[in-house]
Amino acid sequence: MQKLFVPFAIVAAAMFVCAPFIILAAPYESTMGLVQKIFYFHAPIAMTMFVSAFVCGIGSAIFLFTRRSGADRVAVSAAELTSVLGIIVLVTGPLWARKAWGVWWEWDARLTSTLVLWLTFQAYLLLRRYGGPGSDRLAAGVGLFGMANVPFVYWSVNVWRTLHPKTSVVPTLQPGMRGPFWFCFLAFILFFMLTLHLRTRLEKRRAELEALYLAAEE
Amino acid sequence: MTFVRTIWLITRKDLLIEARSKEILFTTLFFAVSSVLVFAFGFVREGRAVEDAAAGILWIAIAFSGTLALGRAFERERQSETLRALMIAPIPRPALYLGKLLGIVLLLAAVEAIIVPLVSLMFQAPLFTHAWLTLGLLAAGTIGFAAVGTLFAAMLVRARSRDVLLPVLLYPITIPVIIAGVRGTSALLQAEVDLPMARLWLSMLVFFDVVFVTLALWTFEPVMTE
Repeated sequence: MQKLFVPFAIVAAAMFVCAPFIILAAPYESTMGLVQKIFYFHAPIAMTMFVSAFVCGIGSAIFLFTRRSGADRVAVSAAELTSVLGIIVLVTGPLWARKAWGVWWEWDARLTSTLVLWLTFQAYLLLRRYGGPGSDRLAAGVGLFGMANVPFVYWSVNVWRTLHPKTSVVPTLQPGMRGPFWFCFLAFILFFMLTLHLRTRLEKRRAELEALYLAAEE
Repeated sequence: MTFVRTIWLITRKDLLIEARSKEILFTTLFFAVSSVLVFAFGFVREGRAVEDAAAGILWIAIAFSGTLALGRAFERERQSETLRALMIAPIPRPALYLGKLLGIVLLLAAVEAIIVPLVSLMFQAPLFTHAWLTLGLLAAGTIGFAAVGTLFAAMLVRARSRDVLLPVLLYPITIPVIIAGVRGTSALLQAEVDLPMARLWLSMLVFFDVVFVTLALWTFEPVMTE
């Protein structure tokens, strides 16, 4: 991964430079017009966020049952990324909603479950930050529960309310829109993997530094 | 010592301590009644509660007082390190979890026995016309909430700022239970009672209970082991 990091970073940067032009070239949606273009960022980031949440959940589960600290480092990095990506999703969503539905927020299934997921990972980070010693294992329990909870939150809010375009929109996109969408998704996934790698490495360095301090004290 | 007997002994211990001081029961109950009162100021227009408010008020009161009871119940175990003593005891960890869970559920049931009639009277909510369904929703909802709550409260015993972290962790995770409880109850309270809807939410609650209890039993041991 270390060797591949620079070339991948260059590819990701190039993709982000190209993205606006590709999105510009994509056909206009008939009813929403220009506003719909936010979709190429909003939906891929949301998908990346869910990937990130699952990475955190799986990392937490592995850490909880095997005590491998590497898994915990991946989990905490993924949780932070979930939180950042979640903020972007929760900002771009209302911007689009204001134009498309006329309101900033709707208590719809996808919106509510995204907010709940984001809150869960905020709770995870709060626990790690303020929980004191041993909170890494407690947070892993929260991460595991948070991941397992995603489908239930989604399901229960879905019975409650639904307004957001269905996820089945994605496979039925017209060809001109499908290309830019998957391009953006790839760009974001690549970006996610790179930042996750960087963040995990930072966490590893921090653990090493801590071990060195402890060794020096003794 | 059999598994079931261990569960009962732990529950009995909690209930005995509670029966002697009645601290958690009285404080939680009073807190539940006060929160119902506070909600009344928000949701009563011209002497009558807004439509659908009763179910929400009832469940929020249960969730709030449940959080309080969980925090207190485990604070008690933290003093003199009795939880550690329980963890050292040669008993299966799942039995320990289930024993604590049962204790919390019984405590909340006692609180609900007072606030459900109270909400029913104060908000003209016909909670007793379909008593069995109401009872089922309350039981399943309380178990689901307490299943997650017992795990989190137990693991937070060792953490700093546990008082504020418990609700922060608990509410996002228990949202499916709260939604199912509120919607199921309000299906019973609307002008035209929607029985199939209430049954649907009840079955969802039972499903959540099974998943949450299984997950909690599964994670209790690794989370609690120091």
